[in-house]
Amino acid sequence: MGRKRTVMKRRHLLLGGLAATGALMVGWGVMPPRQRLTGSQPLPTTAGQQALNGWLKIAADDTVTVMVPKSEMGQGVLTALAMVLADELDADWARVRTEHPPIDAIYNNIATVTDGMPFHPDDQGVIKRTATWLTAKTMREIGLMATGGSSSIKDSWLPMREAGASARAMLVAAAAQGWQVPAGECKVDKGVVTHAASGRSARFGELAERAAKLPLPNAVRLKAPADFKLIGQPMPRREAAAKQDGSARFGIDTVLPGQRYASVVMCPTLGGSVASFDAKAALAMPGVLQVIAVAGQRGGTGGVAAIAGTPWQAISAAKAVLVQWDHGPAAGLSSAGLHDQLKKALAEDSGFGYFSHGDAASALKGAAKTISAEYSAPLLAHATLEPMNCTVWFTPEASNGIKASVWAPTQVAGLARYAAAKALGLGSEQVAMNVTLLGGGFGRRLEVDFVAQAAAIARALPGVPVQTFWTREQDSTHDFYRPPCVARYQAGLDAQGALVAWTAASAGPSIVQQFLQRQFGLPGAGPDKTTAEGAFDQPYEWPAAEISHNIVELPVPVGFWRSVGHSHQAFFKESFVDEVALAAKQDPLAFRLALLKNHPRHAAVLQRAATTAGWGQPLPPAADGAKKARGLALHQSFGSIVAQVAEVSLDPADPKRIRVHRVVAAIDCGLAVNPNGIRQQMDSAVVFGLSAALYGEITLDKGQVQQTNFHQQPLLRGSDCPVIETEIITSAEPPEGVGEPGTPPIAPAVANALFTLTGQRLRSLPLKLA
Amino acid sequence: MTTNLKVNDKTYAVAATPDTPLLWVLRGDLQMTGTKFGCGMALCGACTVQIDGVPTRSCVTPLSAVGERSVATIEGLQGREITALRAAWTAIDVVQCGYCQSGQLVAAAALLKATPAPTDAQINAAMDGNLCRCGTYPRIRAAIHQAAGKLAAG
Repeated sequence: MGRKRTVMKRRHLLLGGLAATGALMVGWGVMPPRQRLTGSQPLPTTAGQQALNGWLKIAADDTVTVMVPKSEMGQGVLTALAMVLADELDADWARVRTEHPPIDAIYNNIATVTDGMPFHPDDQGVIKRTATWLTAKTMREIGLMATGGSSSIKDSWLPMREAGASARAMLVAAAAQGWQVPAGECKVDKGVVTHAASGRSARFGELAERAAKLPLPNAVRLKAPADFKLIGQPMPRREAAAKQDGSARFGIDTVLPGQRYASVVMCPTLGGSVASFDAKAALAMPGVLQVIAVAGQRGGTGGVAAIAGTPWQAISAAKAVLVQWDHGPAAGLSSAGLHDQLKKALAEDSGFGYFSHGDAASALKGAAKTISAEYSAPLLAHATLEPMNCTVWFTPEASNGIKASVWAPTQVAGLARYAAAKALGLGSEQVAMNVTLLGGGFGRRLEVDFVAQAAAIARALPGVPVQTFWTREQDSTHDFYRPPCVARYQAGLDAQGALVAWTAASAGPSIVQQFLQRQFGLPGAGPDKTTAEGAFDQPYEWPAAEISHNIVELPVPVGFWRSVGHSHQAFFKESFVDEVALAAKQDPLAFRLALLKNHPRHAAVLQRAATTAGWGQPLPPAADGAKKARGLALHQSFGSIVAQVAEVSLDPADPKRIRVHRVVAAIDCGLAVNPNGIRQQMDSAVVFGLSAALYGEITLDKGQVQQTNFHQQPLLRGSDCPVIETEIITSAEPPEGVGEPGTPPIAPAVANALFTLTGQRLRSLPLKLA
Repeated sequence: MTTNLKVNDKTYAVAATPDTPLLWVLRGDLQMTGTKFGCGMALCGACTVQIDGVPTRSCVTPLSAVGERSVATIEGLQGREITALRAAWTAIDVVQCGYCQSGQLVAAAALLKATPAPTDAQINAAMDGNLCRCGTYPRIRAAIHQAAGKLAAG
């Protein structure tokens, strides 16, 4: 076993950080509600099941059920979090199952909120540490169960290891007491406790009942990394088989006895509402039960809903309703006007300063050479393949206190329950929440507009379960879009070509201000880290720098889109790094490395990607003879560092068609919990980012989204998908985010390659060659 | 009035009107939810089923167009191709969110039946209409090749 350390107060873990290098003694000096081991209520159990704490149950048949409080949206969290707990428990992986727990404060996501504070990653100052601690403490009590911000592993890593270790100690204690032997002489492997000297053994299922009656241990020992059996192994996805035979249930697959279906048609203008409607024709159609108007809720848009016996009857009826719309404040908004507004804001005011180092203004003035460039990025839709949907069963007559049950593919179980309860005129405690599998999330399902809408619709039909589902057209035109953004970058070089100054200013709407307004009615104000993340929180050692963002209020709902601010800020920043390297007559790799002298982890990631990709080596042409070129980018987001090298060419048959042949990615995400999952997420993040880089653009006319379905909003297809190779840097640092960090670097890597290939510097997304 | 519909070797008397897309008959009337709704315009492939072995977008196929033919969905698809594909899907750990995978597997099974050893170009031709928002394309390609190899080896 490794080194032993006693930590008496859990806040020390939060403040001090935790290098995963040795075994660790964890004690609980703090009682509820700040502890995260046991919930406010005992876990619901079935016959023969015992809950040993708030995170796991063990059944008489040895099945270990791990409570996973994060939603599974493809990122592999059911597998990775079960691994984390099962490893400390020394469970038999073949007997491990997963469930989503009831909503409880112990499952609130702390990491994603503390990560959202506007501090530079290199900042270790007392203000940051104090603010982080206070926020973490607050979030444990009033926070949200949320799956987002690439935070699932980071947030659950310690509590779930502690839960596994605590339950293991209780099982050992139960065995040792029964056998009258010292607990320290017992060993655990694959769900069996053994005592070698007496030759006795007992399975978890045999011990669980007695173990559950024992007090929780005051302190437990966590494993040293060398003792991990599951963590670090490339484990296959747990729920894969169900997704291969049609038995997996996504939200839209919810089927309840007597279920009815509702289809909605919302005002085509974002934020609009129903002025009046005529449902005569719709109500005469087969199977139609009701047609109602539904107000836009939680940032959504108002519309009409047709409730019918089958999904197709509902779709047909909703389309047959004649509606007069009140188009609302967005009715005058077009993409061109929106872009002008952002450009004006950028010119007028540099906004809130997120980072300042040295005197960048003077350094720019004194520079031998200055470079400046303006960039822009459009609105983007999430386009989850499973459209928005939610099933609500309003049961006001129920006698058990549960007045409604909700089945939702949501990333925010607690917020969804709250939104549904409000829409039904209930308290949250009267609503039972069931989180289904998610057919993609990408941040769209951090919003609860569709949950509140489904609840309002189901309220019209008490006692009957109603599934509200959106058509693709409604989904595409009523998203919470990735904010549009414009940016101006400037750099100064001295006579030797060394960087002396770096400034970045951007303008665009704030997601967080809008989110707080629509969820909690809080006035939107103050800085929003997500507007400038990716621009200011980066490792480059700028000798002097100023980085700011000016928030522009727009009547367009904007939301968290995979990698959020990083998704466009990385494009601006990494494109500009290449522009400055060119001006300095330096190789883009060497130029970056020179700015990372005190950031060896970042330099190592960059070197690994470059070496694996053959940076600097001749690049053979494509199979059809087209010339290829490489481009690279480095970006840090959600705690992880990713470098990518893209190889691109142009289609000889259509020289404006960009082809990406190969992407080499290197990632340092700290300790790699499930390398298989990390590789999947890198594939996913690259493909997601490429769809945006090559095609992604939502445009507005009169406040109406012009892209209604996949013919107008193309996604990358299999034939256009590059070969993706992922290098995972070995690390013993605590685990960091994986779902999003692969997305930001791909657009600039491709843009930089295109410049090398064509001499065209593309400063707007999506990338379109002249 | 009902329509007889043969799905996964069973015949159902379906009350849906003849213009109802097969997708919604499967998902609504028969409560077979393995076949997914993605776009409603044959643009994404999530709704792919086989009709007499031919991969078909059920979201734009009216019930009346199916007639006497046999529909096979992800829940009931039989044969060595789908068996080999599922094994390869598992070995390569293809799926992520999984929403498109019913359609991917049903399309891939039809491909292998018609073209037991597909080239990359043939995979592109057969599979390019099946979108995956999670980007499982490289693993899908690898898994189809692996399944083809296993089938060829007997």
